[in-house]
Amino acid sequence: MKKILSLTLAALLVLSLFSGCSVNDGRITINVYNWGQYISEGDDGCIDVIAEFEKAYPNIRVNYVTFDSNETMYTKMSNGGITVDVIIPSDYMVGRLIEEDMLLPLNFENIPNFEYVDARWKNPDYDPENLYSIPYSWGTVGIIYNSKYVDEADVTGWELLWNEKYADKILMFDNSRDAFGITQCLLGYSLNTTDPAELEACAEKLKEQKPVVQQYIMDQVFDLMENEEAWIAPYYAGDYLTMSDENEALEFYLPEGQGFNRFVDAMCIPKCAQEKEAAELFINFLCDPEIAGGNMDWICYSTPISAAKEFMDPEVVESEISYPSDEVLDRGTGYLALPVETTRLMEELFMAVRNGL
Amino acid sequence: MKKNNSLLLSAPYILFMIVFTLIPLGVVGYYALTDVDTGRFTWENVQNLVLYLPAFWRSILYSLISSLICLLIGYPVAYFIAHRGPVMQKFLYMLVMLPMCMSFLLRTLAWVGLLQDTGIINNLLDSIGLARLPLIRTPAAVILGMVYNYLPYMILPLYAIIVKIDNRLIEAAEDLGCTPAQTFVKVVLPLSMPGILSGMTMVFVPAVSTFYISQKLGSTDVVLIGDIIERFFKQGNNANMGAALSLLLMILVFVCTGIINRFGGTDEEGAVIV
Repeated sequence: MKKILSLTLAALLVLSLFSGCSVNDGRITINVYNWGQYISEGDDGCIDVIAEFEKAYPNIRVNYVTFDSNETMYTKMSNGGITVDVIIPSDYMVGRLIEEDMLLPLNFENIPNFEYVDARWKNPDYDPENLYSIPYSWGTVGIIYNSKYVDEADVTGWELLWNEKYADKILMFDNSRDAFGITQCLLGYSLNTTDPAELEACAEKLKEQKPVVQQYIMDQVFDLMENEEAWIAPYYAGDYLTMSDENEALEFYLPEGQGFNRFVDAMCIPKCAQEKEAAELFINFLCDPEIAGGNMDWICYSTPISAAKEFMDPEVVESEISYPSDEVLDRGTGYLALPVETTRLMEELFMAVRNGL
Repeated sequence: MKKNNSLLLSAPYILFMIVFTLIPLGVVGYYALTDVDTGRFTWENVQNLVLYLPAFWRSILYSLISSLICLLIGYPVAYFIAHRGPVMQKFLYMLVMLPMCMSFLLRTLAWVGLLQDTGIINNLLDSIGLARLPLIRTPAAVILGMVYNYLPYMILPLYAIIVKIDNRLIEAAEDLGCTPAQTFVKVVLPLSMPGILSGMTMVFVPAVSTFYISQKLGSTDVVLIGDIIERFFKQGNNANMGAALSLLLMILVFVCTGIINRFGGTDEEGAVIV
């Protein structure tokens, strides 16, 4: 019963979402669902990845839709009735989708470019046999701050995000996993803890932080930090590089002596895909070193394909922030898929923080 | 025979109502009373509503204040428009409508651009040597956003009613010795009551369920019920709790509009447009 209801509802939603793809010009359409600001679309003299793909495969049309967090994407996917051919979620979400049997195994014959992926990023914890996912990019989560307003003496660890001196100038992640991840680093818990008491403690810490938080954000971080409306924000290293092009006062650091999250975003094909082969062609295309290099040049995240580096801006390739030393990288931890109860508890606790309960 | 005809004519609308109002309402009710995991019947979502009562009261308070401010601003405007010549009336009417041609989201974002710490107003203050003001992320900014966005919904029904008030009634009141103030209180105001009531309702209902204005213009602790509902659907992956909240909101809206309309009593005009 529940299924029928949600199906009818979802069908209506999907009709409105993807109404553009009913154009029948003999081409097949693949729906690609990715993070916002996360593919090069021809700005700043960079390549337009989607246009290049459509040029290389004239019989495929790409319908590109974005999400702003893994959780939003998951909610949409799990409501069902949606047709998506390629998704690019983060590590722990890939793990969760595998566990919940929501992904299709990839046919690697259609993805020969997989060979370019560095060994370090193959067979990751979230997909140990590397059956379902191909890394798109990776990076670290650190703190971005504006050196014009933030006293260097305060730049120590994650505590900066709780510093009352900068009340109303601090931004915070608007997704449960990253918000809890930071608190776990601060309190010295594992990033993959399943202990309810530890999660409750994290939630208390987040409630404590709320009065100094200006806004809970995802992609809005770009404008707010570039225009100096906010001075301090935790965010992904790659996006820091994009922002620092616009505002040179912005600095980035990975807290000393504390943990941080090292993440991978990976391309997968969900069960609801209708054009699996075309989707694989698209994934393969993104793994082409030249395309990957051009794409990473714009999104500024780190590529798991070393061969792509020769097609990239040398300044980015040499950046400590994009490609930290192994020593630094080893301080970071990846998120793993958590048991359903833990994820649920974390989401509920985060909602309670946000809703002011 | 005649009765059959009218049934036939209203069929499309009845069908529309069933498909797009009644069935979805049933679905909301169904979700509100089922468990998020098992899909079994449960009162749990309804019981949890108690937790969100503060947000409900806050939403009601904010939207009531906004409706009253809209009334205070909107009434003189509507009165002014209604007493212009026909051409001027059309022009002014269009001016009121004009902002509604632009997306509600854009209009709210424009206020962010004006009010934020690095926004237009503060930059202006700064450039003439004055201190920057904390304009955004205050309760007042949320109310401002609501008033700005919903003011046309107050002015239009008020105008529609005021323009129909028979001028001879006003003349008669004056002939019988009423001062202008008395004329207004005893004649004009009672006659424009239906407009006031439908204006109040039309501002209150969207304002109480709004979710974007408070996120953009309010601080992190001004959480309105619309924000919570949105979050349950979008991030929380718990449509059932979201549905329960929506249901309660709907009931509260009915009760509130009922109370607003009660003020007008059941006078012979009674023509509350909503």
